[in-house]
Amino acid sequence: MLSALFFYLFAIMCVGAAFMVIATKNPVHAVLFLILAFFNAAGLFVLLGAEFLAMILIVVYVGAVLVLFLFVVMMLDVDFAELRAGFLKYLPVGALVGLLLLVELIFVVGAWVTAPMLVSDAPTPNMSTVNNTQALGEILYTRYVYLFESAALILLVAMIGTIVLTLHHKRDVRRQSIAAQVGRTRDAAVEVVEVETGKGLK
Amino acid sequence: MPVTESLNLVAILPELVLAVGAMALLMLGVATREERGDLILWLAVGVLVVAGIFIACGEGTETLFGGSFIVDPYARMLKLLCLVGAAVSLIMSVPYWRAFGGMRFEYPILLLFAATGMLMMISAYDLIALYVGLELQSLALYVVAAFKRDSARSSEAGLKYFVLGALSSGMLLYGASLVYGFTGSTEFAQIASAVQPSGANLGLIFGLVFLMAGFAFKISAVPFHMWTPDVYEGAPTPVTAFFAAAPKIAAMALTVRVLISAFPALTTEWQQIVVFLAIASMGLGSFAAIGQRNIKRLMAYSSIGHMGYALVGLASGTVAGVQGVIIYLAIYLVMTLGMFACVLAMRRDGKMVENIDQLSGLSRTSPRMALVLAILLFSLAGIPPLAGFFAKFYVFLAAIESGLYALAVVGVLLSVVGAFYYLRIVKIMYFDDPAEPFEEMPASLAIIAGVSGALTLFYVVYPAPLVEAAGVAAKALF
Repeated sequence: MLSALFFYLFAIMCVGAAFMVIATKNPVHAVLFLILAFFNAAGLFVLLGAEFLAMILIVVYVGAVLVLFLFVVMMLDVDFAELRAGFLKYLPVGALVGLLLLVELIFVVGAWVTAPMLVSDAPTPNMSTVNNTQALGEILYTRYVYLFESAALILLVAMIGTIVLTLHHKRDVRRQSIAAQVGRTRDAAVEVVEVETGKGLK
Repeated sequence: MPVTESLNLVAILPELVLAVGAMALLMLGVATREERGDLILWLAVGVLVVAGIFIACGEGTETLFGGSFIVDPYARMLKLLCLVGAAVSLIMSVPYWRAFGGMRFEYPILLLFAATGMLMMISAYDLIALYVGLELQSLALYVVAAFKRDSARSSEAGLKYFVLGALSSGMLLYGASLVYGFTGSTEFAQIASAVQPSGANLGLIFGLVFLMAGFAFKISAVPFHMWTPDVYEGAPTPVTAFFAAAPKIAAMALTVRVLISAFPALTTEWQQIVVFLAIASMGLGSFAAIGQRNIKRLMAYSSIGHMGYALVGLASGTVAGVQGVIIYLAIYLVMTLGMFACVLAMRRDGKMVENIDQLSGLSRTSPRMALVLAILLFSLAGIPPLAGFFAKFYVFLAAIESGLYALAVVGVLLSVVGAFYYLRIVKIMYFDDPAEPFEEMPASLAIIAGVSGALTLFYVVYPAPLVEAAGVAAKALF
């Protein structure tokens, strides 16, 4: 009963926030509504018992991706009013595409068959004794450690590649050198000059 | 679930050495700043050599990580070839970077990561492991293709390679997901046991075709070759030398392993695809190269053609065929590295020249370079008694033994067509009026070209070690 209550709470909030993402005029508000939608979706995941996905959704999407969105929205000068201009004109086409996708999804879900060997072969731990975060960890860091580490290597190469291709070391850029700042003594910085009246500094 | 199998890291020591070595050199490079590019490069060569020694010391067959990684004689042989390709092309790049600048310490590090990816590809025994290795290799290659980021052509090469590579990865993954869906496993051994020859499922064949499309892109077999000439021409020449050598071998090794280990029951099905790829590649490699004036583009078409000949061996699907493929790859590696050592020495007035006409009269201005080039070109054309002839001989023999007469005949005819453009270069070098002489060949390039020429020339005297090693390696797959 209580979980049903929460389900409807999260679901309604999620759908409402998602609608506001496309309805609101201010792009910053849109991103904030998207964050709200993700929080509610995370709540739905918790209700399903998939707490790992819930955490990932918050940490990765809210913590990283949406903050990036926010930066982009604030830094780029995009005229969202212009982008939205044809909204009503394209609404029928958009609705049609959405409807078709929905029908296709229903067909896929209706005709879903899992290959018979698939379930038995999957090296899943006993789900009645461990929660899903632990289960994922136990598979990921034992059976699939090789693939996990290789994926990390790929990300490292991507990072190196980005830096190699885009970073320009400019010679004439003045960088802050804290050591030089702190190590500077009074003698090096201040000079006391006796100025004779009427002559000024040379 | 506790760790049920003890982790035996000895078997993946070469990969570990490469990955950890690359990371250590990265730290060293960051700490010492860019002036030390040369030091990092030589240390990277050292890492490759150490990894090679570990590979050569390995024995037997072993699978690790729940059957997603296999170490067998086949893997060891091809890994060694890849490492030789990577190390030699690294050494060859030294004079180039010294003369033209643009070297940063990330270059050898990216090559090390690419080599790690290749080793992982060759040892992959699982579709996910395969993809992870492939992507590690490709990502590093995209970056080095665009390494001269101030040059528009280099950037274009990198971008083109990246976009088309991403497309091919998509096809490969689509195929892999279909194969997984229809067999219920990503491991090659289990895929092989799940596939019944009688009930070859249409969906499974569909998946196989998409997998093959992804592989064909990586070995640049026709009709997935379009990126090759542009990338070879645009990338810095030492990078092109690397592209032509090591990644081709790794991708071909991967293709052979997947088809032979995971789909032995579908041999008749994939044979058709391989025969088509082989004929198309040999044909395009022969005819399209005729009009080329740029030596790097010509080498690109030449490599397309050579991958076609190697596929002839695979098409037979027998031990002899795979043995032929391995021998072909080894000889191709030696010839390609020698060719690129000469291409890298084509320098005049402090600039690289890439036009074939610039080679005219080379026999009089630098007779030794002309001789080595002539030997390599005759060998690439497949003229006996040079190594290139034997490479073709083994694959065609394997094709004939398994009854693929048409394929063998077409292949021989097309290799005659291909001989034309190789021999035209020889004619330009020996019978045309001499152009201005090139700058003196750097010692490292001269040694590499000389060794390559000597190996090509004297292979006929003592072919046994390569043939036997390839035989042992090929048997490990069946």
